[in-house]
Amino acid sequence: MILPIDPANKLSFNRCIKDGDLVIVYERYDTMKAVKVSEDGVLQNRFGAFKHSEWIGKPFGSKVLSNKGAFVYLLAPTPELWTLVLSHRTQILYIADISFVVMYLEIVPGCLVLESGTGSGSLTTSLARAVAPTGHVYTFDFHEQRAASAREDFEKTGLSNLVTVGVRDIQGEGFPDEFCGRADSVFLDLPQPWLAIPSAGKMLKPDGVLCSFSPCIEQVQRSCETLKLDFTDIRTFEVLLRTYEVRQKILESCPVNEGDSIERPPRKRRQGSAEGSNGTECSSSPTPVIRPSGEARGHTGYLTFARLKCFV
Amino acid sequence: MSINKAVDEDSNLNDNSRLTFEGCNVLLDINDGDRLVFSRLTAASTLKIGNKKCSLQPLIGCPFGSLFQVESGKEGPCLTRMVPNGEGNNLEEKDVDGSKDNRAIVDNNTAQSLTSEDIDEMRRQGAKGDEIVEALIANSATFEKKTLFSQEKYRVKKQKKYAPRVLLRRPFARSICEAYFKKHPDKIGFMRVDALSLLLCLGNVTANADVLVVDMVSGILTGAIAERLGGTGYVCNTYRGLSPYPVDITRMFNLSDEICKRIVHASLTDLNSFQTGVSVSESEEETLPAINSAGLEEVGVSAEDGGMDITPEKVPSPITKPAKSIKAGQKAPPEAIKLWKENGFSSLIIAAPELDPWGIIKEVLPLLAFSAPFAVYHQYALPLAACMHNLQIEKMAIGLQISEPWLREYQVLPSRTHPQMQMSAFGGYILSGTKISSSEPVTSSN
Repeated sequence: MILPIDPANKLSFNRCIKDGDLVIVYERYDTMKAVKVSEDGVLQNRFGAFKHSEWIGKPFGSKVLSNKGAFVYLLAPTPELWTLVLSHRTQILYIADISFVVMYLEIVPGCLVLESGTGSGSLTTSLARAVAPTGHVYTFDFHEQRAASAREDFEKTGLSNLVTVGVRDIQGEGFPDEFCGRADSVFLDLPQPWLAIPSAGKMLKPDGVLCSFSPCIEQVQRSCETLKLDFTDIRTFEVLLRTYEVRQKILESCPVNEGDSIERPPRKRRQGSAEGSNGTECSSSPTPVIRPSGEARGHTGYLTFARLKCFV
Repeated sequence: MSINKAVDEDSNLNDNSRLTFEGCNVLLDINDGDRLVFSRLTAASTLKIGNKKCSLQPLIGCPFGSLFQVESGKEGPCLTRMVPNGEGNNLEEKDVDGSKDNRAIVDNNTAQSLTSEDIDEMRRQGAKGDEIVEALIANSATFEKKTLFSQEKYRVKKQKKYAPRVLLRRPFARSICEAYFKKHPDKIGFMRVDALSLLLCLGNVTANADVLVVDMVSGILTGAIAERLGGTGYVCNTYRGLSPYPVDITRMFNLSDEICKRIVHASLTDLNSFQTGVSVSESEEETLPAINSAGLEEVGVSAEDGGMDITPEKVPSPITKPAKSIKAGQKAPPEAIKLWKENGFSSLIIAAPELDPWGIIKEVLPLLAFSAPFAVYHQYALPLAACMHNLQIEKMAIGLQISEPWLREYQVLPSRTHPQMQMSAFGGYILSGTKISSSEPVTSSN
């Protein structure tokens, strides 16, 4: 239900919250939670108790109240919101990297994409969005329990028809032979990606694109050396996102009260520029100001892309 | 794990084909990115490299990713397919210790003993480009004294000049955006590829979505969205006034007819009018700077400066037998407009560098379904800040965020890895958020 694969689930003025829907409960931009709606369900948080029964029948995007009168918003899930609420079983990829990976891997509807490891399924969700409705993502993790949790999540978000989770050690065994020469794109997030690169090369169609995500430059170095054998157009990037704070602020542009200005000689200002330094200019209405947030994620990982050479 | 049925069919759909076909659009990368040319492959199309004019005929039917080299054939220069030798980079295993340096190299212009007359003579005798490069190396007095890296640099430089290479690439949103950003950033509102990627994600673009856009970036946004819709849903370009904003970049994509049909336009007046089905601006048939199908860009070639020719020439091409007629950017069908009014659009993306974001968003946001995400691109931060503030005050949206992507490319070589010396310092700002339902809740009755 995270994607409008079934037209009945498509976002609309008339699409109201139903029993069984997945909603994102929005408290603040940094406090959200995924909740499955059920007739007799109750959400307890610091604002009090919210009865699911009062949510049902309201449109997505509605404000709902707790028994104490506090409010939250109920949003329809998207892969972006999902990334913010999913349970972290591993370090996950965030939107800047995700969006760049999908673009650079040239994923369009109908593509067959291979991924390893699955991790918490943050990227997988966006890969599924990109290959829908006819493509498929085959994702592999060597951790059995993690794979099972991911599978549950895809069930919850309604992506099971687009994503298949396999348990497999891709570094050790490579991708399954059944995908030989069939993958449009391959994504690797592994500690030793160079071990999986030869297999990835076998899976890809000629001119298919591979991406390897590695936090450390030494990993990139080794991967690139391996890539040189069968790949071309090898490029490594770092993508970050700088967020901004917006405020309304009154900035003092001339002496605050009239009394002050008498004491200071009017000097050049007066006759200076034509566009005024007369009283009306000094209106103290707030204006929007903007600056980068003080703290940011400084590093996530390096993204190395490469294309399989065409030998045919 | 069983394989999904529909997935496998290496679909014969043109849009994701890995082989070129007559009439398809391609991106030609000449000499490793020195020059990028968009072209349409027909039997008669040509490409000018240096002072040579080569037919593009040999490129038809080849896999994307193939590499060609200019060779002199019987009937003049022609493009010949090169098959990679598979040995990778042979440079690395050798001496990387840096035992050589440039202390003995003096720049007095006497190192090369071959004259341009000698080279012309070799050419007359039918020497291949590679042979000329080898001859130049053999006759260079200083080549042996150079470090391996500068030897390689020298070889590449000469190869580019005497044996230029052409790489055949699929035109995708990625490559098209990069190409424009490099050479005509003003045409796409200085939108870098990472900013475009973010817009597509923040706008939740996916199959079956009805995406409302305000595209004043020549169609790069519209094309990129259409590519992700894959022939489902709609990308509806809305505009103020009487004529839609031009979306000529959509022609550079290799969009199938199925996909092109999903690119439509509707004026704001039409979308806002209440009589459903009645078109207010009953304008002449096709106001859009029509996507004409004939012979596409017969690549304007600016020869030696080695620029990029991505502006299609308006000169009527001699070829008038298009393989298909592209009809991107038709007027939105009244049924679709009616549905959008009833249901709302599933997302909104605005890239209108010439408009005040708040001015346009307050007009189009009501057309959006509740809980639908939106993203607004702008190259200036302040108008976005004002827009964000107003959206907050008017309680129209939540999850508001202004962000700016930052992208750095690296040189990765053994013992010589570092960020590239030159980088783009700015790719645009994005304001994103989620529309909320306007109705206030009634107080909970415990």
